[in-house]
Amino acid sequence: MGGAPIPADVKLIDENGRRADGRLPDEMRPLKIEAGVLARADGSAYVEWGMNKIMAAVYGPRECHPRHLQNPERALVQCTYNMASFSVEDRKRPGPDRRSHEISKIISEALTHVVFTEYFPRTSIDVYIEVLQANAGTRCAGLTAASVALADAGVPMRDLVASCAAGKVAETMIVDLAKEEDNFGQADIPVGYVPRTGEIVLLQMDGDLTNDQFTKGISLAIDGCKKVYDIQRDALKRRYAVRTVDADIPQSGIESGKEGI
Amino acid sequence: MQSSDSKESAREIVVPGELLGTDPRKAGPGTFTENGKVYAAQLGIKSARPDEISVVPLSGQYMPMRGDLVVGKIVDIGPSNWLVDINSPYPAPLHVTEVPWRVEFGETSKFMTVGDIVLLKVVDVDEIKRISVSMQDHGLRKLTGGMVVDVSPSKVPRVIGRNGSMIQMLKNDTGCRIYVGQNGRIWIDGDLDNIVRAMQAIKMIEDEAHSLGLTEKVKRYLETSSRKGA
Repeated sequence: MGGAPIPADVKLIDENGRRADGRLPDEMRPLKIEAGVLARADGSAYVEWGMNKIMAAVYGPRECHPRHLQNPERALVQCTYNMASFSVEDRKRPGPDRRSHEISKIISEALTHVVFTEYFPRTSIDVYIEVLQANAGTRCAGLTAASVALADAGVPMRDLVASCAAGKVAETMIVDLAKEEDNFGQADIPVGYVPRTGEIVLLQMDGDLTNDQFTKGISLAIDGCKKVYDIQRDALKRRYAVRTVDADIPQSGIESGKEGI
Repeated sequence: MQSSDSKESAREIVVPGELLGTDPRKAGPGTFTENGKVYAAQLGIKSARPDEISVVPLSGQYMPMRGDLVVGKIVDIGPSNWLVDINSPYPAPLHVTEVPWRVEFGETSKFMTVGDIVLLKVVDVDEIKRISVSMQDHGLRKLTGGMVVDVSPSKVPRVIGRNGSMIQMLKNDTGCRIYVGQNGRIWIDGDLDNIVRAMQAIKMIEDEAHSLGLTEKVKRYLETSSRKGA
């Protein structure tokens, strides 16, 4: 980050102020969320964020194994972030590595903050995040998917966690970095945000920023999170709204029958 | 699609963190209060009554409560107790003093073995969710024969229906003996065709749990399926 030489044919911000993929600095990639996509998991969500494709599944609260990890006062939120070997351009060596351990840990901590862990002593709530296709910003997309999956599983929470990144490319602060911007940009700040209370539950920074740039970056990321939050809520409401509409069809049949009488 | 708008206002789906009201005294199950306001804690259907705002969950694990009737499965045997899986995050040990028989130390396996289905009552749940169950009450026993279906615990109230109307209809129509555990396990016994009909009706209730006019729909299903069977 910051140090990578920019290839001559890559122009991160053009003369019109547009980014490599044509977005404005404060414009996000298209985001699509679907809740309840897996039948076997207690809760699940699928997220397509730009070219990122991420699946999240939640199991539990269930008995915590190994037993020594059990907390007699609260539930443990255990997140496992994994990238599929085919998720990146050069095949990724499968299995946990330093990076995925770190991401699992920070996402677990971000989610623990919103879950009512005290309702489920001695249990564990297991969250699995599988990155099927990666294109920068997978930890944000993963956290976004995981919190939708938790809500879908019926886990009591204080709020959903929305997540979005900001960064700096060509001395300009931008929101939601794409792959080239992440690779050749100057800084990247992923933010996990609790919109209801305004708390930040995940914050990392890679690269160098001045104080002003950082403040601008955070506010861009938070604006992004608020947009993500609306899409998350919509995905959860849609999951059951579809069924209500389906169920209405025979219902209206009964009503029209009554009119006939 | 147009008609769904009016239905949704009747059955508003809320997501965690959604503001429900400003009177903390009204906070009911599925909600929490913060700074004097009531918010939804779970994904569910908002239910606003004059004295209480609550959220009826659409999904979630079974949390044992004192007095619940549950259908359990024996998963392990100890010298003086059985370990019962009651479909919750917590194991439920059934001690020999809580069964209707006199069991000598080390003779537990002569009475019930792994895989047996039992009808139990949750006697107590303490602060750290240690559970004690009992088989010493009217109607509680080991269930032999029959079949067990699992439904989501949040949908058990729909299977039972208002004042037991749904389950009564199922019992009358299929002639099966049915026990519905609060933990989402349902035990059915009768002749095979009727068991299958009851199971399919329960599946239907689970799939369409939050649609209106469910009892009518199940009634029609039972009528058509019995005609086919005859």
